[in-house]
Amino acid sequence: MERKWVKIKVNGKERQLYLKPNDLLLNVLRDELGLMGAKYGCGIGECGACTVLVNGRPMLSCLILAVTMDGQEITTVEGLGDYDQLHPLQQSFLDHGAIQCGFCTPGMLVTAKGLLDENPNPSEEEIRDYLRGNLCRCTGYTAIVKAVKEASKAV
Amino acid sequence: METNTKILACEYQYLESSELGQVLTWLEEYGEKAAVLAGGTDLLVKMKMGNLQPDCVIYIKKIAELDYIKDDADALRIGATTSLATIERNEVVKTYYSALYEAVRSMAAVSIRNMGTIGGNLGNASPAADTAPPLLVYDATLKLVSQQGERLVPLNEFFVGPSQSVLKPNEIIAEIIIPKLGPDSGSSFLKLGRVSADIAKINVAVYMLRSGSKCESCRIAFGSVAPTPIRVPQAEAMLNGKEINEELLGAAAQAGAAEIKPITDNRSTKAYRQKVSKVILQEALQAAWQRAGGAL
Repeated sequence: MERKWVKIKVNGKERQLYLKPNDLLLNVLRDELGLMGAKYGCGIGECGACTVLVNGRPMLSCLILAVTMDGQEITTVEGLGDYDQLHPLQQSFLDHGAIQCGFCTPGMLVTAKGLLDENPNPSEEEIRDYLRGNLCRCTGYTAIVKAVKEASKAV
Repeated sequence: METNTKILACEYQYLESSELGQVLTWLEEYGEKAAVLAGGTDLLVKMKMGNLQPDCVIYIKKIAELDYIKDDADALRIGATTSLATIERNEVVKTYYSALYEAVRSMAAVSIRNMGTIGGNLGNASPAADTAPPLLVYDATLKLVSQQGERLVPLNEFFVGPSQSVLKPNEIIAEIIIPKLGPDSGSSFLKLGRVSADIAKINVAVYMLRSGSKCESCRIAFGSVAPTPIRVPQAEAMLNGKEINEELLGAAAQAGAAEIKPITDNRSTKAYRQKVSKVILQEALQAAWQRAGGAL
């Protein structure tokens, strides 16, 4: 398979990558760029653990060919905030104990970011509906929904 | 070979273009050996599972001229690579095409709707495709294009069987054409899944055009209950031209339930689908009639 040069903006930084046509965006983020936030869960679009923002909209990086992202802008959980300055959503997840094992958390956070960018003041029902594709096997949904609701007041 | 969904194991040639003409040339050349990639939410899963091994993958989402919603005088026209999320956010769809709006809202999750396209949902020809029943009751037509030109195919002649349609290997869906609906009309969509983001166990759409207390014309379509999404003409005939009341809607729902041919699969049993089809059809009929301004 012929490799292809692509330019993808990841968390604000322009990256030049030499990719195989069957490289998945998730694996490029994790293995080539060292961004370990997005997780491999189901691989077939059921769980939401691999969610990243593509041009600001939540999408599943395990079902995206990285070569199709040429010229696009990706935001992973690492792009939301950093250790010194957490994004209000990240701080709110900590404050509300909305993290148990943590595996679903990056997907939850970026999906919630997508929600607040679209709808800055969502109701509980709207939060639950928007997050319905992100599964938490620890079943920590109550705290997660509360964290998003509280963060919406801060954002 | 054991399935590993962490990677995409198969190898292929990757082609992309922002020109429709170039894509049609490639399709002419590669035909059945090519897979057309738009949102990828179905195609990549099939490829990961080993159900599909194309020699080449042609990416069409860079073709700007296939991504639009146009509200023309005679019809609503939707480009094939328009994402489900774009349709969901469209005010015309939300206000006038309730069944389509409800169908898209019911589909999967936000992330999948941001990726998946309406052309892909139809082109896969899944009997469970949620956009199919609404588009069938709206009497939608598909514009298919190839290097030889374009042809118009009514949606009710498009599906042939599970994963099978009249789409030829050298063609792609370019546009979905939905006729304007009458002023006193209403439509609705209902679906049952195992959980809220699921593929349908059964889904149904209803369109009704009202004239006073009579139903001037009615169209009903089910999904997931036959090899293709289907209309149920006997139930429709019971309502066409009739005074509408609860009792008649119940009888039509009974008739519609008798017309479907469901199977037992991993999402539901045949017996359950048969029983529940009457219930959801009755509810959908009531909703469509009331939205058309009719009283019950």
